[in-house]
Amino acid sequence: MLYAIFCYDAEAVTCSWSKERDAEVMASLAAVQRPLVEQRRLGPVARLMPTTTAVTIRKGKEAMVMDGPFAETKEQLLGFYVVDVATLDDAVEIAQDLAKASGSGGAYELRPIMTYRSNTTLAATA
Amino acid sequence: MTDLAWIDASLIAARPRAIGALVRYFRDLDTAEEAFQNASLKALEAWPKHGPPRDPAAWLIFVGRNVALDAARRAQKQTELPATLVADEDPDAVAAQLDHQRENADYRDDVLRLLFICCHPELPPSQQLALALRIISGLTVKQIARAFLVGEAAMEQRITRAKARIAGADVPYEAPTAAERATRIGVVAATIYLVFNEGYSTSSEQAARAELCDEAIRLSRLLLRMFQDEPELMGLSALLMLQHARTPARFDEAGEIILLEDQDRTRWDAHLIAEGLALLDKAMRHRRPGPYQIQAAIAALHARAIHQEDTDWAQIDLLYASLERLDPSPVVTLNRAVAVAKVRGAAEALAMIAPLERQLAGYFHFHGLRGALLLELGKKSEARTAFDRAIALARSPAEAAHIRLHLDRLQQKR
Repeated sequence: MLYAIFCYDAEAVTCSWSKERDAEVMASLAAVQRPLVEQRRLGPVARLMPTTTAVTIRKGKEAMVMDGPFAETKEQLLGFYVVDVATLDDAVEIAQDLAKASGSGGAYELRPIMTYRSNTTLAATA
Repeated sequence: MTDLAWIDASLIAARPRAIGALVRYFRDLDTAEEAFQNASLKALEAWPKHGPPRDPAAWLIFVGRNVALDAARRAQKQTELPATLVADEDPDAVAAQLDHQRENADYRDDVLRLLFICCHPELPPSQQLALALRIISGLTVKQIARAFLVGEAAMEQRITRAKARIAGADVPYEAPTAAERATRIGVVAATIYLVFNEGYSTSSEQAARAELCDEAIRLSRLLLRMFQDEPELMGLSALLMLQHARTPARFDEAGEIILLEDQDRTRWDAHLIAEGLALLDKAMRHRRPGPYQIQAAIAALHARAIHQEDTDWAQIDLLYASLERLDPSPVVTLNRAVAVAKVRGAAEALAMIAPLERQLAGYFHFHGLRGALLLELGKKSEARTAFDRAIALARSPAEAAHIRLHLDRLQQKR
């Protein structure tokens, strides 16, 4: 079985960390990941930029693009995509195509990725 | 993370929202600050015992308000009242007691008001900066004094004066109209930019001042988180990040400034650049350009040039031209002249800055650039005069040392 693990924390706090503290936290997280990578049990790992960089697309007859993260609690997280694009406009376009194709409600939040490691092909999917 | 480090980070993060709400409640900066201080002390006792509250700001507001009210009641009656403090209660039970759960939007005007009070137009800029760093960022008087290179007593006095002036000034406590809100955002953004520049125009030994850059970025993020669809705030954040990204490459081992064109670009902070570029990208979707966005776009062109030779100077010239239209100033024209020199040659740039001479006669960079342009045109003795004047106006040894390098080269060319 593949599991996704989502990280939540108070951004106002993590953004107040000094460079040194940030590096410290990342290093101790990396120590947990290393053996998992060696065992081919860790897929892509991404660290997102702060929510200040996010835009959200509300699905609907005409998809609405709004600044800021997805903030509703009525809907649940169902999945995610990672796309490689030159500009935010390109990402918005892809999300709008997805919105049309899905033909249902909800929203997409677009958030630039700060660091990304694809790691390895997982044993379960090889 | 240890308890203390975690609590410290939470207190810093909650500070603007908590003090903002307490100022609305007490309508007095000193009382609000003291209430926050007391609540922080309670937090140091309670949080390690009960674990972190779900909403630290709400906890601090609740406790701060109670402590202050109790003190006021005691003072009034001159009798000891039983303490009704909540420090030993479960913090989430406390949060549940709050009359309403405050969401991001509820805090917005509180924080903006607090920011606006500290950046009040009636305060001179030096007092605005000091007050904002003391009240909003929670830096100690000692830290601020060090950052501004003044004595602690002098800084204490500056902050006291600022507070006295605020107490006498007209501070609006009702919710602002859309127009008032826009004005306040503009005033606050300008102060954040000033804080950043205080930190940026410094040499490497002065780590205390460089911290001002981090603080300015933190404040710009805070403002942007509250007002998410303001392209100029995205532009401001982007500008600060793109400039601060260069900090690791801006000074040599002797602490002397390394010019943009000579910096080792591999030492630039790639994370900050990426975030700055993402914010600028987001801002541009609004098609509502403003001075911060344009300056960020210029910084972005530098950030995107892997080698100095790749810099798109023609585009930078165009961006400065639109900045000149939007927000004209002699310094903007002076900066544009740097791009013009690269695109159309030193003679044209020199002609461009000639009319600025009277306004910028006391400005280090004016004479520095003029000297460099004259030198490029082979006018050595005029160049030397300009460099001499620049050195006389230098505000830091690093600036002077940089001009001396030019003079040394002049010497060698003879």
